[in-house]
Amino acid sequence: MATVDDFRRSELVAGIVSSINRHATREARFMEFCGGHTVAILKNGIRQLLPPTIILTSGPGCPVCVTDNADLDKAIALAKLPDLILVSFGDMLRVPGSCSSLQEVRAAGNDVRIVYSPLDALELARTNPQKSVVFLAVGFETTAPGVAASVLQAKQEGLKNYYILSLHKLCPPITKVLLDSGEINLQGLICPGHVSAIIGSEPWQFIAGDYGIPCVVSGFEPLDILQCVDMLTQQVAREEAKVEIAYKRGVTPQGNQTAIKIMEQVFQPAPANWRGVGEVADSGLALRPEFKDFDAELNFDFDPGPTKTQKGCICGDILRGVKTPQECKLFRKVCTPVSPVGPCMVSSEGSCAAYYHYGEDNER
Amino acid sequence: MCLAIPVQITSINGTEADVRVGNIVKKASLWLTPQAKVGDYVLLHTGYAIAIVDEAEAEETLSLFREMADKMEDQWQQ
Amino acid sequence: MPPIITTGKTMRDKVLLAHGSGGKLAHEIVRNSFVSALDNPILNPLDDSAIISAKGRLAFTTDSYVVQPIFFPGGDIGRLAICGTVNDLSMVGAKPLYLSLSFIIEEGLLIKDLERVVASIKETAEESGVKIVTGDTKVVNRGSADRLFINTAGVGIIPPKVDISGHNAQPGDAVIINGTIGDHGIAVLSQREGLGFATKLESDCSPLNGLVAEMLEASNAMRCLRDPTRGGLASTLNELAEQSRVSIRIEEDRIPVREEVAGACEMLGLDPLHVANEGKLVAVVEAKDAEAVVARMKKNKYGRDAAIIGEVREEHPGRVVMKTRLGTSRIVDMLVGEPLPRIC
Repeated sequence: MATVDDFRRSELVAGIVSSINRHATREARFMEFCGGHTVAILKNGIRQLLPPTIILTSGPGCPVCVTDNADLDKAIALAKLPDLILVSFGDMLRVPGSCSSLQEVRAAGNDVRIVYSPLDALELARTNPQKSVVFLAVGFETTAPGVAASVLQAKQEGLKNYYILSLHKLCPPITKVLLDSGEINLQGLICPGHVSAIIGSEPWQFIAGDYGIPCVVSGFEPLDILQCVDMLTQQVAREEAKVEIAYKRGVTPQGNQTAIKIMEQVFQPAPANWRGVGEVADSGLALRPEFKDFDAELNFDFDPGPTKTQKGCICGDILRGVKTPQECKLFRKVCTPVSPVGPCMVSSEGSCAAYYHYGEDNER
Repeated sequence: MCLAIPVQITSINGTEADVRVGNIVKKASLWLTPQAKVGDYVLLHTGYAIAIVDEAEAEETLSLFREMADKMEDQWQQ
Repeated sequence: MPPIITTGKTMRDKVLLAHGSGGKLAHEIVRNSFVSALDNPILNPLDDSAIISAKGRLAFTTDSYVVQPIFFPGGDIGRLAICGTVNDLSMVGAKPLYLSLSFIIEEGLLIKDLERVVASIKETAEESGVKIVTGDTKVVNRGSADRLFINTAGVGIIPPKVDISGHNAQPGDAVIINGTIGDHGIAVLSQREGLGFATKLESDCSPLNGLVAEMLEASNAMRCLRDPTRGGLASTLNELAEQSRVSIRIEEDRIPVREEVAGACEMLGLDPLHVANEGKLVAVVEAKDAEAVVARMKKNKYGRDAAIIGEVREEHPGRVVMKTRLGTSRIVDMLVGEPLPRIC
């Protein structure tokens, strides 16, 4: 059985790189949508292996980073309520909101817990019947089906104290917004591998069809990313634009139909606020009316307070792919992982954090 | 985006599975992949198996990489 | 094992506030639980201070231990406390001699748990050849300490001509590790609620003074020694690079990592380079002695997987760079914040 290590083998790198070099006759800018790809590219020094004609730009694919201050403030306000346990994935804790963060709220004595899975949140609800457990549901289509399943499970078990604050967002709609803005000039899209494991490769068709931009769905190991760049480079050389899957072991054109059905059973498309972009129609997920008993927004009285944005923070521009972390005046000087100004420096999949930690040597 | 890792299912109990990576054992939910079987490799994300890894495709992709490596060596020798 | 404390007809199985008050109960716990286990002529008088004599350059260190949970696979807070201080002394080339031992106990801690910790302290002290010569016990209200906190201080003697410091690394020196990284952090994390993974992995918590003594016999050009505890190997290398104003370049495929640690790190989104160790040391030694030092280390049970992992360089002082398995390079940064298990 092929293992993860097989997709890291150095002796297989040269062959793919050689193919990229043969085909990369024209300059091309590819965007890696997903923060996980940005990290993998920097951690493995991928840019050092690519010819100078290929430029990689990071995109908005970090659900922690694209969470707006106003939305984070809601979670912070909920966390301050009595007899309530605010449960979150670890990354959200240090993200600065308008005037506080979940970490600060926890240090002030409020009950904020970190979990690895919505299943852990369910367990907290079971073992704390006298408290309300609110799960801060952040994530794209990779994460939403699991959260949806947890709501169905809670309903099945008759749990009355389990709630979701849904900040889920969808990837294809934001990609359309970025392309329509005309701010970036892309010759290819490195499509997120695990989002696509759920939604399939079909939803990316409009990018190739309407915008003439090649799309290749990529895995996260270094060889996966190199293969993806090779396939994009070949499409560019042949002046083609289609959707291909490089990550064939994890992604099919139709995706995971069971997961999609569960997600659609529990959630419906709704407007969502994207940091740096603003509100985008049908780009988020809200609980359907039949699940209103699980909706934290409808069941609690809380006031997030006025929304403020951090001065000088250009996370929004970085997420849209129009600026790089190095172009931010605060990067490294004021904004560091120890004292972050914006989420891109906090999130483990944030561009700024990735550049800070793994180095600028390979920056283009 | 998203941290999902390939793990192998070692046992199944209803909708829950024991999964293994290296010698670490963890629980995973099969709500999203009810058709998964013991012995299958799945992608594990936030406690859920989100897809079954297609081992045949994995092998084929690796073969492709090996081919590319050989082709490059041939070109070197020419 | 010393007996459970009894007073009158009642069997006491928990530590009470009265145990820390200095009164009769306190004397009983000190005598029965601590002194009888740690018995030695310097401790036994139980005066307010221990009287010791030592000639030469003294090394002196202190540390506090707040590990949670207090019992973990491969060790406990007691073993950790002794190893931590013995190792800190060893990292400046000192032979560890005497330790102090202070307990801050949360009211309600089971006496049998306390005695289990003390037994572990006794065993580890004996293995390291150190004596616990003075101590203190305080008991605090429930909720004011997480079961048990321990503070130790330690004194050792540095042999003449030994000069080991984080400031000594020079370009061209070799960087050596004594074994696999990340074992302790992952073993402890595996016991934490909410992460729910099972592993047979044990902490590497061990006293390294014996190993260091042998390394110093193998080379008189030992520049630096440091134990990569919290923050992991990455943080330690960054500290050394900064202190010595050099850069350090390591190679990914030379760094020993256990399969279980690699798997757990994958699962939790952690980098083994940032995970804590409690039985590891990083040594910087003049290149000509590197092979001989590694060969000697491999003969010691705490050095079986010793390896040269990199070298010290001149350019970009303060920077640590790693050559990845792919042959590319990237920066190795210090750990920032708490490694939180992440998703995406």
